[in-house]
Amino acid sequence: MQVSKLLDLYGREGLSPGHSACQGCGATIAVRQVLLAAEPPYIVVSPTGCLEVISTPYPYTAWRVPWVHVAFENAAAVASGIEAALRVLERKGLGRRHKIIVIGGDGGTFDIGLQAISGAFERGHDLLYVCYDNEAYMNTGIQRSAATPIGSVTTTTPAGKRERKKDIVSILVSHGSPYVATASPHLWKDLANKVRKAQSIEGPTFLHIVAPCPRGWYYDSSLTIKIAKLAVETRVFPIYEVENGKYRINYLISRPRPVEEYLRLQSRFAYLLRPENAALLEEFKRWVEERWNQLLKLAAAFPP
Amino acid sequence: MSRRPELLIPIVFEAGNTSLRKVANWRSNRPVIERRLCTNCLICWIYCPEPAIYMDNAGNVQIDYDHCKGCGICAEECPRKAIKMVMENV
Ligand SMILES: Cc1ncc(C[n+]2csc(CCOP(=O)(O)OP(=O)(O)O)c2C)c(N)n1
Ligand code: SF4
Ligand code: SF4
Ligand code: SF4
Ligand SMILES: [Mg+2]
Repeated sequence: MQVSKLLDLYGREGLSPGHSACQGCGATIAVRQVLLAAEPPYIVVSPTGCLEVISTPYPYTAWRVPWVHVAFENAAAVASGIEAALRVLERKGLGRRHKIIVIGGDGGTFDIGLQAISGAFERGHDLLYVCYDNEAYMNTGIQRSAATPIGSVTTTTPAGKRERKKDIVSILVSHGSPYVATASPHLWKDLANKVRKAQSIEGPTFLHIVAPCPRGWYYDSSLTIKIAKLAVETRVFPIYEVENGKYRINYLISRPRPVEEYLRLQSRFAYLLRPENAALLEEFKRWVEERWNQLLKLAAAFPP
Repeated sequence: MSRRPELLIPIVFEAGNTSLRKVANWRSNRPVIERRLCTNCLICWIYCPEPAIYMDNAGNVQIDYDHCKGCGICAEECPRKAIKMVMENV
């Protein structure tokens, strides 16, 4: 069923309050929204990362739904195993299938978990993989990941990262996934309906969510939703979906806001905005523009 | 000294029991809803990371002050500007 209003989601909370996420944590907002939208029965699997740490301050758990925590690198492998086991139990009349929803950070997805994800997607397990992307290894103290954008300061890139962000969506599309999409928590309805859609499709699906992090992006905790919105409206984080290889841009930003509006609010980009780093800033803008143009071309190749 | 055995078992007995933890002492500013302006639209609720916002039996949106950390997102995002952040008395 389509989500059209907030009352469609109210009362479906999968996480309890009292967890220990930082004030204004975007990852927690994103995960809350995923769980509000998801149709039971489902089992969540999470690799190590902020989500795991903040949701399980022993002897408490924030999880109201079945949840399995595994190592940093193998969430997709464990999810594959659970899915395969439930399939057998169902065949034998001993249980029923649940949708498996992996929820992992960018480090656990773009970097160390990638080979397990590749295996799960190649084998075609029936699961939804959600990556909340806070663009660094936050839980261990803000180290760079393959998802950290150009110019962003982390503790391992003290003068700003030089490399571009890895294009995770293309990687999963090239695995032949039937549904890969991006989402932002400020667009809650789009996010919720993408969760529903991904869940309804048999096979390995993927949702990439931008998750601003006041702690690691260095901005005031009240601005999390504003920053997610700016990421989308500057084309830094395009909102699109790829269904059976067909690209569709869900939010066509015809007149983007200047990238600086997004960068200026976050101290992680303070170096990037210095005059002596003008070349790096140009490279950031080139990255945004090239990706947007590529998306336009891909979407144009598949008219609705 | 005798120990209570259940304290030695590393098991969580209740799902979602972090709601027993009060995190109010994280807060330096408290959100206060101006009832007159609020339309109970729930926008603040969908953007609260905790969540520390709920609808009471009368259908009015309220803040759960035991679990609000005072991030200020609700005040920033309320389309009616119905939430003010007020400094806590310390
Ligand atoms: C094999 C292994 N290496 C390193 C770690 C330490 N570690 C735990 S979480 C984490 C970073 C998690 O980053 P990410 O997946 O982006 O999640 P976030 O904390 O940002 O939410 C690291 C390096 C580990 N647990 N296991
Ligand atoms: S470090 Fe960032 S992602 Fe982790 S709990 Fe804090 S705000 Fe959330
Ligand atoms: S967002 Fe504002 S108007 Fe809407 S329910 Fe919250 S306080 Fe009321
Ligand atoms: S200040 Fe933050 S934690 Fe408190 S109710 Fe508002 S959004 Fe929730
Ligand atoms: Mg991360």
